[in-house]
Amino acid sequence: MTKKQKRVLCRILLSFGLMVILAFVPAEGILKFGLYLIPYLIIGYDILKKAVLGILHGEVFDENFLMAVATVGAFALGEYQEGAAVMLFYQIGELFQSVAVGRSRRNISALMDIRPDYANLEKEDGSLEQVDPEEVEIGSVIVVKPGEKIPIDGEVLEGSSVLNTSALTGESLPREVTVGDACISGCVNESGLLKLRTTKEFGESTVSKILDLVENSSMKKARTENFITRFAHYYTPTVCYGALALALGVPLLNLLLGHPAAWGDWITRALTFLVISCPCALVISIPLSFFGGIGGASAKGILIKGSNYLELLSQTKYVVMDKTGTLTKGVFQVTEIHPEGQFTRESLLELAACAESYSNHPISKSLRQAYGKEVDAERVSDIQEISGHGVTALVDGRKVAAGNGKLMRQLGLSADEPEAAGTVVYVAVDGVYAGYLLIADVLKEESARALKELKAAGIKKTVMLTGDGKKAAESVAAQLSIDEVRSELLPEDKVEQVEALLASKGKKEVLAFVGDGINDAPVLSRADIGIAMGALGSDAAIEAADIVLMDDNPRKIALAIRISRKCMRIVYENIVFAIGVKFLCLVLGALGKASMWLAIFADVGVMVIAVLNAIRCLKVNAGDLEA
Amino acid sequence: MKKTYKIEVDCANCARKMEEAAAKVEGVAAATVSFMTQKMNVEFAEGADAKAVMQDVQKACKKVESDCEIYL
Repeated sequence: MTKKQKRVLCRILLSFGLMVILAFVPAEGILKFGLYLIPYLIIGYDILKKAVLGILHGEVFDENFLMAVATVGAFALGEYQEGAAVMLFYQIGELFQSVAVGRSRRNISALMDIRPDYANLEKEDGSLEQVDPEEVEIGSVIVVKPGEKIPIDGEVLEGSSVLNTSALTGESLPREVTVGDACISGCVNESGLLKLRTTKEFGESTVSKILDLVENSSMKKARTENFITRFAHYYTPTVCYGALALALGVPLLNLLLGHPAAWGDWITRALTFLVISCPCALVISIPLSFFGGIGGASAKGILIKGSNYLELLSQTKYVVMDKTGTLTKGVFQVTEIHPEGQFTRESLLELAACAESYSNHPISKSLRQAYGKEVDAERVSDIQEISGHGVTALVDGRKVAAGNGKLMRQLGLSADEPEAAGTVVYVAVDGVYAGYLLIADVLKEESARALKELKAAGIKKTVMLTGDGKKAAESVAAQLSIDEVRSELLPEDKVEQVEALLASKGKKEVLAFVGDGINDAPVLSRADIGIAMGALGSDAAIEAADIVLMDDNPRKIALAIRISRKCMRIVYENIVFAIGVKFLCLVLGALGKASMWLAIFADVGVMVIAVLNAIRCLKVNAGDLEA
Repeated sequence: MKKTYKIEVDCANCARKMEEAAAKVEGVAAATVSFMTQKMNVEFAEGADAKAVMQDVQKACKKVESDCEIYL
């Protein structure tokens, strides 16, 4: 508890003790009024002060005002005990709320506790100094001891170790690093001493970006949250006028109709009405639910950039996925080599590897890997990349073209299509077809279950987009039981495909796109929700997506959807429960059936229950994801 | 220009009031207050002097919520 909270607690205890004693004091009239005024002022002076200040600043109709009017009114009617009790319970409720919210805020922050406190900076004379990570400049040398967090992104200069990425990904998958490897801040150094040269400033490091993202997530408010804000805006004044109508309108009407006015009775009802009406339960529990959901998800390595995305995610009906890197490992291996005519397996592979030697595409990498030798850069010239087709280059003076079927057709060559699934790289030399290499990508172990879980989570349709050939794509789709496949797509076609899907879906249905965030940034931003996967160490993915999965387990897609659904269910539960109970009690209050004590329950009790319910959002049942 | 300030505020409704008050201050293009993270994001209008504007923001917030604190 903070100092402020402790002070309120003391006031509550003091005032409660006095009230208990006063219950046995047989004072009457003005003496009773004076005696009850003591605990009332002890507990409520700040509320009264705020209410007066509020009126002076033109900010009437807040909860302080409601409480002040209700309790002062009760005193005026001679119900001293009730008046003081209402204030007492109101303060107890407020204290509870502030403690509960503070605690869950700290819990959530603890889940996201990846902020490094210091960096061990190595000085020129070789001695170490503990400094604030923000003070470390790019290119400095820092030392990370076993058990410490890596404070800043960097490259290993000396030493080797195993890193624990669990604070970032939610799963403790050890990552081995040695001299020359890049280290991501936020990981914990498990075994050896590491000396790093920093490659970024602290503010640009992974850990800062993630913290920034999570801390700002509650700034982007969900529609439901905005609804509550608007609701509170109209609700409180409406209730105040309602109370006024009860207190003045009904007795006046009675007088006009010739009945006794019954002022006391109707004013009591109006005051009860005011106590019930306090909108705190909604105003506090809804943001708390969203915050809990986002916090719980981030502990599982799922970063959600705002409450609005959490809300959208829960309505997801279509999941469109990129194939490479999302459903497959994105690790390509040459599995078959089919030379034609005078070419041998070795010469075909060599030509393909040379032609693709400048490309960073995973397929090119796997060709070079299969070739196994360094490509002499001088042998290759005149390289042209044709997006979505392949490359052409001069290798040892011969014109080599390597790419897909489209490239061959462009060159006016016909190539046989292999039976096996995979990506085919056709090679033509000096305009003559020379054969093909088959490169297969391996499916992730979790992909099949991930798709099943999506279906179980009520996803209507799953679609896979890929630049690969039809056969390879369809074989993957069949293995994973994906509903629809769009193959042989250029990067810009993917945006078109997603737009077509967006146009054909229902208005309330949400389309999520999942990609690895590297080549599909436009698609990520075009879809209703962009989910980037395997984002550890990729700034581009963190920037472009609405939801970031820190590791590359596709089952987290369904987990994220489940978390969002649970969170939204709790949000709606709280809205219906709080508004329902309040409305019921308001009606009872207006009819004179509700006592001041019921009113206190409707205010404080409902809020406590709603807050406790909201805290459930924090708990994520990941099932057997870790197993 | 966008800046984030640490704040101290007791209730969600008060945070909402601060947000409304801050957004109305001259020189502020947009303001959001997060009760959960106890932070205020202020986007300043073009050419506004952040320091001077924040003084006004603080005044405006104190007016609607006397208990709040903005750490400049």
